[in-house]
Amino acid sequence: MGDDAKSAKSVEWRKSMTTSFFALLFSLIIGMILIQASGYSAIESYKAIFGVSLGTVKGFALSLSQATPIMFTGISFALAYKVRMINTGAEGQLYAGAMTAALIGAYVTGIPGIIHVPLALFCAFIVGGVIAGLVALAKIRFNANEIIMTLMLNDIIKFFTSYLANGPLKDAQSGIGQTIRIQESAQLTKLIPQTQLTSAIFLVILIAIILQLMLNKTVFGYEIKVTGFNLKAAKVAGISVARTYLITFALSGAVAALGGAVVALGVNYRFVDGFSSGYGFSGISVAALAAYSPVGAILSAFLVGVLRAGTITLNRTTRIPVEFVDVIQVLVIIFVAAPALIHSILRWLKAFRIHRRSKELGGAERC
Amino acid sequence: MELIRMEQITKIYPGTIALDHVDFSLNEQEIVSLLGENGAGKTTLMKILYGMTAPTSGSIFFKGEPLKLKKPADAIEKGICMVHQHFMLVPAFTVTENIILGNEPGTGAFLSMKEARHKVERLIQQFHFNLDPDAKIEKLSVGEQQRVEILKVLYRKAEVIILDEPTAVLTPHEVNDLFAILQALREEGKTIIIITHKLKETKALADRVVVLRDGKLIQSDINPKKVTTQQLSEMMVGRQVNLSKRQPAANIGNICLCLKDLVVKEGGKERIKGISFEIHHGEILGIAGIEGNGQTQLIEALTGMCVPKRMELTVEDQAVKGDCKDFLEAGIGHIPEDRLSLGLVKEMTVKDNLILGYHRKKEFCSKGGFRLEKKILDRGNRLKQQFAIKAPNIGAAASSLSGGNQQKIIIARVFSQNPNVIIIAHPTRGVDIGAMEYIHQVMLNLRDQGAAILLISADLDEVRTLSDRLLVLYEGKIVSESLPGELSEVEMGLLMTGGHTMIEEGSHG
Repeated sequence: MGDDAKSAKSVEWRKSMTTSFFALLFSLIIGMILIQASGYSAIESYKAIFGVSLGTVKGFALSLSQATPIMFTGISFALAYKVRMINTGAEGQLYAGAMTAALIGAYVTGIPGIIHVPLALFCAFIVGGVIAGLVALAKIRFNANEIIMTLMLNDIIKFFTSYLANGPLKDAQSGIGQTIRIQESAQLTKLIPQTQLTSAIFLVILIAIILQLMLNKTVFGYEIKVTGFNLKAAKVAGISVARTYLITFALSGAVAALGGAVVALGVNYRFVDGFSSGYGFSGISVAALAAYSPVGAILSAFLVGVLRAGTITLNRTTRIPVEFVDVIQVLVIIFVAAPALIHSILRWLKAFRIHRRSKELGGAERC
Repeated sequence: MELIRMEQITKIYPGTIALDHVDFSLNEQEIVSLLGENGAGKTTLMKILYGMTAPTSGSIFFKGEPLKLKKPADAIEKGICMVHQHFMLVPAFTVTENIILGNEPGTGAFLSMKEARHKVERLIQQFHFNLDPDAKIEKLSVGEQQRVEILKVLYRKAEVIILDEPTAVLTPHEVNDLFAILQALREEGKTIIIITHKLKETKALADRVVVLRDGKLIQSDINPKKVTTQQLSEMMVGRQVNLSKRQPAANIGNICLCLKDLVVKEGGKERIKGISFEIHHGEILGIAGIEGNGQTQLIEALTGMCVPKRMELTVEDQAVKGDCKDFLEAGIGHIPEDRLSLGLVKEMTVKDNLILGYHRKKEFCSKGGFRLEKKILDRGNRLKQQFAIKAPNIGAAASSLSGGNQQKIIIARVFSQNPNVIIIAHPTRGVDIGAMEYIHQVMLNLRDQGAAILLISADLDEVRTLSDRLLVLYEGKIVSESLPGELSEVEMGLLMTGGHTMIEEGSHG
């Protein structure tokens, strides 16, 4: 079947790969210019960033752990995008998931870890799914705009969980807004001591693989793709668009909520007010860079994790701000969102090269 | 006198040669018909002349002078204008406003509407266009809209007018009107090129016929008076074709589909006002009519895409209602009127498109909801061969296929499921002659195997040749039922434009 399955997919794949690759390349180049302009050596900084993140065990672990929540939100955005729905609510779903998991982890007692962890994760999964599912229902029933709804819900959820962490559920011994520490049995296993790398990384990879299989191998995945590519044709083919929207969007919300849950269960061991450093937003750029493939989102999130880990470590020695990573991410989105821009830059570069070569040749002939 | 000469024009797109060293010349005051199948390169050639695309090689001369065209504005400056197949008009604007758009008279930033209206009125009178300069475009018929498009180019002082498939959307009567206008324009000194694949019209109108095939010039100085349509079609296709031969139904069976009292309301208006008909096994029921007289709503009601206000529908004596899924399960196959937006997912592969709508059947889907890849693949290969779908392989994206082959995917998908009833809308629109011949043949074969077929087409020739019984739809009502050959083309045309009221009134009086 190899030959048969080739053309359509491989052409599409190569195109998005080119776009992603050059989007990243251009973003890194512009990032270099920015670093240089701020008075640091760009080459040295990049060397240091990648050296730390990829060259040391601790750095590598930090890259992975920094990437983990973004992997979840990236997959979440990519999945919703398969039916052409935009889930800008990963941030809110993340907070809801973290709060749910932290509460289950703290207040349910006397059960072994093998049940406690899955229970906390499962509840977070359900809460995220219900939140996103309600948004999808509003879209189906009242034709509401899911982008605006999820964006507004972000603030509602963030402030509500903040109220809980600072009010009724506050840890009395703590000065800041956070809930009480979760039970030992609810903590995720650390893979490398003294790092934040936990078994969550396996969970997210498993989820990515399951979703990718669902998209490629099941009839429901087929329906998702048809609905995303051509809504009218989906309706004519008797596909229940409402059902596809509902399930896909609910899954998207559920995965984002898991991202929050693993931070609560594996890093902070509680819900901390304002713990997310833009994980939800990063998910969008990660998904876009991965051409909206769940498994691809794992890889592109890892890249963002490398940059984050590098700048965090570097920040202790030099003074390149961590926000630098955000700049790169935004640039990536701009480039990926405008493939035509990339292709015109490439064309321009090519024309420039040919021009220069012909000049050289012309000069040589004259000699 | 020679006006334009295009020499050795070649246009290469990645992977295909659209034009291969084509020479084309144009004399003053003549009507040239550029004839060829879809993909023969006729539109590409004209786009080059209009400055929309640049040729890979070759040169253009205007009155003997070399002409460099970088953008359509360069061509318009020389008086070369194009009327596109899809009209580019603003529906909410008046005729005058549309005509002056982009070329408004007035001083500075101020628009002189009075002067504009005066200019447009003068043009309408000069060419006897019979249009109201203050009418809104949305209120005009398709034929009238086309006249506005022609006026638009005349307003821009066109000397050479290129018309891309101008008759595709017109009724027989409107076609006659258009031809009269074009002939009048020639008398006024204009030169006209029509891009077409309709042979009858070419013979009726053109002074000279140029035939293109597969990007090559076949013949450039054909006198349409001296050739038959059969000869023209052979030049166009490159082999013998058997079109328009009637094959009457041999054995019409029992009633298969029975529709009673269909009323469809859309946007507060009744689009279908009480239609009833039956289709028997082994019969093709044709529906003729100008587009926009309820065809779309009829198709939507019969396939579950819309919920009609009233409808009693039975297939094999079983009542059918619900959504598209229920209609598919009741054995109603559907070849939609707009294949790209309704019938195909162009980003997906041929094999995946071949199961669309039937993907939850046991043949393609395991109990656990997994796709049965092997079976999907085998079926894809089988259908590709059986229905002669030209694609590099069944893993190719549907978008990479030609219109005719895309249509074959849909037809293969539906026909291979052996449905009781098939609703087919415009099956050969935008399809080349070879594919058209083939599609007609498979339809007839399926009919002879006992299927009940409802054929809705804007192509009067097509419905007249294929149908075993003919209905004419006008403003949501059936105004005539006839057997093939009972009514002439002119009579049909009259019925399609509401002429029946006159006939009825006459007979009553």
